[in-house]
This record gives sequence, C-alpha cells and structure tokens, in this order.
Amino acid sequence: MSDRLPKVEIFFLLILSAVLIFVIPILNSAVPTDHPFYISNYLVNLLGQYFCLAIVAVSLDFLWGYTGLLSLGQMLFFSLGGYAFGMHLMLMIGRLGQYKSDLPDFMVFLGYNKLPDFWVPFYSFWFAAAAALWVPGLLAFLFGWLAFRSRIRGVYFSILTQALTYAACLLFFRNELSMGGNNGFTDFKFILGKPINSPDTQRALYVASALSLILTYLLLRTLTLTKFGKVQRAIRDSENRVLFSGYAAANYKLFAFTLAAVISGLAGALYVPQVGIINPSQMEPSRSLEAVVWVAVGGRGTLYGPVIGAVGVNALRSWATISLPAYWPILLGSLFILVVLFAPRGIAGFLEFLAGKVLTASRPILPNTQIFTNSSLPKTSSPNPSGQESQKT
Amino acid sequence: MKIKSLISFLAIAIFAAIIPSFAADKVVKVGVLHSLSGTMAISETSLRDVLLFAFDEINKSGGVLGHKIEPIVVDGASNWPLFAEKAKELLEVHKVPVVFGCWTSVSRKSVLPVFEKNNGLLFYAVQYEGEELSPNIFYTAEAVNQQATPAVDYLLEMGRKKFYLLGSDYVYPQTTNLILLEYLLSKGIPIENIGGGLRKDSKGNVISAGKYVPFGHTDFQQIVAEIKQFAASGDACVINTINGDSNVPFFKEFAASGLTAEECPVVSLSLSEDEFRSLPTKDLVGHLGAWAYFMSLDTPENKKFKENFFEWLKTANVPGIERQNRVTCSPMVLSYSSVYLWKAAVEKAGSFEVDKVRAALESGEITFLGPNGLNTMLKNHHTKKNVYIGETKADGQFKILRQFEQVVPEPFLKGTFLKK
Repeated sequence: MSDRLPKVEIFFLLILSAVLIFVIPILNSAVPTDHPFYISNYLVNLLGQYFCLAIVAVSLDFLWGYTGLLSLGQMLFFSLGGYAFGMHLMLMIGRLGQYKSDLPDFMVFLGYNKLPDFWVPFYSFWFAAAAALWVPGLLAFLFGWLAFRSRIRGVYFSILTQALTYAACLLFFRNELSMGGNNGFTDFKFILGKPINSPDTQRALYVASALSLILTYLLLRTLTLTKFGKVQRAIRDSENRVLFSGYAAANYKLFAFTLAAVISGLAGALYVPQVGIINPSQMEPSRSLEAVVWVAVGGRGTLYGPVIGAVGVNALRSWATISLPAYWPILLGSLFILVVLFAPRGIAGFLEFLAGKVLTASRPILPNTQIFTNSSLPKTSSPNPSGQESQKT
Repeated sequence: MKIKSLISFLAIAIFAAIIPSFAADKVVKVGVLHSLSGTMAISETSLRDVLLFAFDEINKSGGVLGHKIEPIVVDGASNWPLFAEKAKELLEVHKVPVVFGCWTSVSRKSVLPVFEKNNGLLFYAVQYEGEELSPNIFYTAEAVNQQATPAVDYLLEMGRKKFYLLGSDYVYPQTTNLILLEYLLSKGIPIENIGGGLRKDSKGNVISAGKYVPFGHTDFQQIVAEIKQFAASGDACVINTINGDSNVPFFKEFAASGLTAEECPVVSLSLSEDEFRSLPTKDLVGHLGAWAYFMSLDTPENKKFKENFFEWLKTANVPGIERQNRVTCSPMVLSYSSVYLWKAAVEKAGSFEVDKVRAALESGEITFLGPNGLNTMLKNHHTKKNVYIGETKADGQFKILRQFEQVVPEPFLKGTFLKK
C-alpha cells in the first residue's frame, strides 16, 4: 500500500544521524578545547535549542504543507509541553531557591503554604514527561474535535488557533493560575539528579533533541508515504472531493492536528531545560508566526525544508543580534521577502531544483498553481490551498 | 601593471591591518545586553545610549586600569529566552568581565542562572521589586524602600489616609503592592482604607493586594468609577504601577471623571521623563512621581552630565541613534552610575577578575558622586542614594517637592514591617 523511503534518503539520514548524535558530542567532550575541531559547550547548547525549534517546524509542516491546516498557534503546544516539564524542574530545585523553602520561590512569595494539588504529581519525572505530551495532545484533540466537526476551515481555522494561543498567553500571565505569572519558571537546578547546567547534562539534552528531531522526521515522513498520507494530501488539495468519496476528513485532520501538538509538546519539554526559562511570552501569537516563517523559508511540504528553515533563521538571528544589533530585523525581513519573491518553494525547493530533483522521485510536489501563490505571507493572505473549493461550501 | 597594482594594494592592506594593532591600547570588552527591537526597545535603547556615552567618556580620560573599554552590544529583542542565549554568548564566547543590561524582571530572571553558572557580573539599573540577591548581580536602581515606601511617606505627610493600589498584572506591581500593604498597616492605616481589593487563599492569608489590569489594557471606566467613590472623602490617593501605554487611557479617564490631582493625587512608579517622550502629559499634570533622579535636579554634576550627554548625542557614531528631543531619566542615570561604580571597583581591586571586583564592591567603600547625588554600593549589592518626589509638569518634567537623604536599600522587605 505504502511507498518506501528512497534509498538516497535513508543513506543521507544515516550519515546525518551519525554526525549529529555521535560526531558532534565527541568533538565537544573528547577533543581538547584549543583544538580547531573542538565544538564549544555554548555551540552544542545552541544547536540543541535549534533542533527543538526545528521539531516544531517539522510538525507544523506536517499540518500546513501536507494537510493544508495552517496552525498559527503551534508554539502554544510547545509552551504547554515546556510548562509541564518545567513544573517538574521547579520542584527539583528543592530548598536551593531564594527562600530555602520546599515550595517554588514564586509561591512562597505569593503566600502559599502548601503546594497546589495539581502540582503534586509533577514530582515524578515520568509523570511530567508524559504530561508534556498528553496535555498539548488533549488540548489539540478537544479544540480540533470542535473545530473540524463544525467544518471550520482555512483562514477561519488559522485565526482560531491564533486566538487560542493568545487566550492561553493571557491566562498564563495571571498570577492566580499559580504557574509563575509573567516570570514563568526559571533558575532550574537539577534534572534526574544531575546539575542541569553542567556540560554533561547539556550534551545529553542535545543528543536527546537531535534524536527526537530525526525520529520525528522519520515518523512523519513515513506517515506521508502511507495511505494516510495520500488522504491527507487529498484533503489539502480538495477537501470536498475527499468528503464525497466517503472519507471522514475531520478524523484525518483531527489525527494530524493532535499528533503535531504532541510532537510540539515534546520539543517544548526538551527546549526548556536547555534554554533555562519558560514563560507566557512563548505563547504570544508572534512566536507562532515565527514558526510559520521557518517553514515558509525552509520550504513547505518537504518536511526537511522546515528543519533547514528553523535552524537557518535562528542561527542567522543568533549571529545578527550580536554582529548587527541595530539592523537584524531589517536583515531578516529582507530575507523573507527575497525568499518569497525568488524562491517561492523555499530553500528546499531551491536545493531540489539544483539537485536535479534526485530526491523528489517519490515525493509529491505541490501542484504548481498553489505552491506559494496564496500562502507565502501567512499574515496577509489566505492560507487555504483549496481556497476556491471551500468558498463554494 | 596589473601585478604592480595588486602588490601595492596588498601592501596597503597589510599596512592597514598592522597600524591599528600598533596604535591600539589594551582593551577590555564589556557586554551591553538590552532590547534594541521589540516591545521593550523604546525604553531600553536609551540605556544602551547612555552606556555607550559613559564608555566614551571613560576612554577619553584614560580608560579603566589603562584599558580602553570596548563594548559588545547585543540585542535581546524583548525575547526572554534570547536574553539567556545572549548572556551565555557574552560570558562563554566573549568572556566579558562585566555586563550592563536588562530592563524587565523576567529578563533578569532569565539571565540569572547563566551569570551564576559562569560566575559573571551583571549591573542591573532599573527599579525592581526586590526579593532577590544573586552573588553575581549588582542592583544599582531603586529598591522598593527607595521608591514606593518613600512615596507613601510623602503622601502620609500630606495627610492622605486612603490608598488605592493599581497596577499591571506582573511581578513588580504585585510584589510592590504586597509590601505596601504591610507598610501601610504598620503605619496604622486600617485595612478598609486600602483600595483595589484583596485576594486571599483558602486559609485567609492575603496573596494579592490591589487592582490589576493586563498589559495593554485600555478600558478604565469601571476602575476610575471605583476610585472616584473611594476618593469621595477627599483624603485618598492612588499608587499607580501600571506599565507603558495603558497609562494614557487611565489618566484620560481619570481626568474625564472630574477627579483632580488636589483631590486625589496619583503617584506613578513606572513613569519617568523618558516615557513622557511618547505619552501625552496633559492629563498627568500635578500628579506625582518618585525616583532616585529627576532631570530637573539642580546640581553641578547633573548639569555637566546633561550638557556632555546631549553634546555626545549630536556626533555619536551609533547606528539608528535618536538625536532629537532626548531627555534623561532615573534608569539612564543609574546605568551611567553603574559603569562608574564598576570602574571604581576594578581600580580598587586592581584587576578585572569577577571575584576581586565583587569583593571590592561589597567592601562598602565604592562610591560615585553622579548626576543623582552620591551612590554608595553596600554589602547587600544595592546602592544607598537619595530619593526624590516630584510633581509632573506640562512639559514632561518634574518639579521636585521633597528629597529623602541617602536612603539605605533593603531588598527583602516582605514581612519585615509587621514584625516590628
């Protein structure tokens, strides 16, 4: 029934995995610091963060590029995963906080004398790790169930996801929620009994992020090659025809949306111990729009393009905020405009053009008419690739 | 011909590369970590400007320990995880011995673990809520007892008996108001004279005092109606910790309701001269502010500072710097003082090493007579300095009404007033 991964791609993935999971950590830990091949702790940590963001980008591409669902709130699920795992990290601080109390500092300050009940299970690492997956998953399932049953599509769906993340942002800002308010969670000390900022722990987190990214890619790539993937793309291209053919399109969309949320939650849980802070500003709609930009720059509907986009754009930002601090927003802005104008299928599309489409043998190419004409700029244009179709309904 | 010109070009290039390395003195790299883009840029860019000015001024007069200061300016972009990343880069890659930066509490909380892990040194120059004391951070701005409680003292002196607490919903207003609640109770103000509402947990402990609005809130009709009722007795006042743009609709509504500054003065703890560059001051005239510095301060140090800073602005080679309509304000002057406090400590320690500089700063002997008066760094990482109460004028400046001499900073205040 399903197609298989092309051999070239498997070969390439194996090499990449070896480099990311073995070579880089070895260059970081076993090479003397003055050696030219030495990779600094700072760089390893930075790469780990980029890979977490790349996981979000891949999950978003699975929704947008393959199912035609432009989620403008994907960072909400990322943040929820981060918060769930952050709760565990807050509890692991123990009595090393500012107030030497068993409770997290912000609770002591707000006069709590006992941990709120819903915090208690988060003492368990595995409960928190599981919650980082099922909490975003459950929210996505409920939201998706309501939205897809009501046949909310296209731009309306996008606006709702944006509203959802904004509402969550305002909710988490409130101190009454006992989730740290505006400051969120920070100053973590331990993870699984190990000091969180030590190079060993950070290297382990980097490896976990790289591994998660590769596994996420493999899972979603394999899914798109199955019958599910075919229905998924059919929904993207013409949802009504799928419905008339007797498929329950809503269920397919619900599955894709929930899966993408779970994956984003995982990315958030890995991101928080590496960056050292989670707070409501991650849920601001602009953050989710950034994720859309990574996908668009990298190349929508390719799954690997968004990885290039997320890592590339963030690396560019890291470089520019110190080298061109006054001009970097202009630089990034011009980059996006250039990509949209001259490489409408993103960096991936450009690479595939160069590579003579070696890798595209079994990859479905987006139909020409819809490639980037109506969705290259997520803020201003209709994100629905089947725009015409849905207007009739 | 071609080869000749190539050789001469190469010769020039090599010369150009060598000459500066002969001419340059020893340099010390220092970090500047502020948001130059995003929502906080409007406030934080001014701090970058004044820091660069301070570095230039020091370099002109010989530098620090014979080293020229070379700033590494990074943009935190109002993005808190990015602040942590940039702090890490400054400390681990560029190995700077000191960083001046941060505005919001959350950005400081975000970089704190980075500074503690790498044993860095951060000077933080914005008024804040206290309840924090990191061995790696020096807090040169107003602690709560150098801004909020002196403001209350002044209002008590003026015969005010009822206090309405109003703020944006984040950690600084929440914390300040909890401390003010205890302070007011300890001054004999009955709890029913404290307006804005109290929120209690299941055991009846107060966990939040005052009225809170989200960031960017614009509808103050109901709150102002409540204040009007609260102020009907004629001896009330408002302690305002609303942040940023929301102040405009609040003061507009306040004035529209017929309340005046004589009837019910509002003392704002987050509005300085720099904010008035972008806010209309019409409705704020007569209301109060409390800071460790006002631009209108009449001292020779302040006069010299303003003249030199505005002169520097005209020619400063900083991309995107605003040269027109500039003012000075407390966070700017305290940033400026931070640089001189650090310089004095480095010179006392005879080294840029963080541990030695910290020991020098903690000795209690590091002082700087700045535009705001005398600053003395104390063992608790905060500075002793004057506090001023001012009245807003139509031109966005303050008329100084009262001066509190050399107030001793106290970062941990919660629970201390009621015990006494």
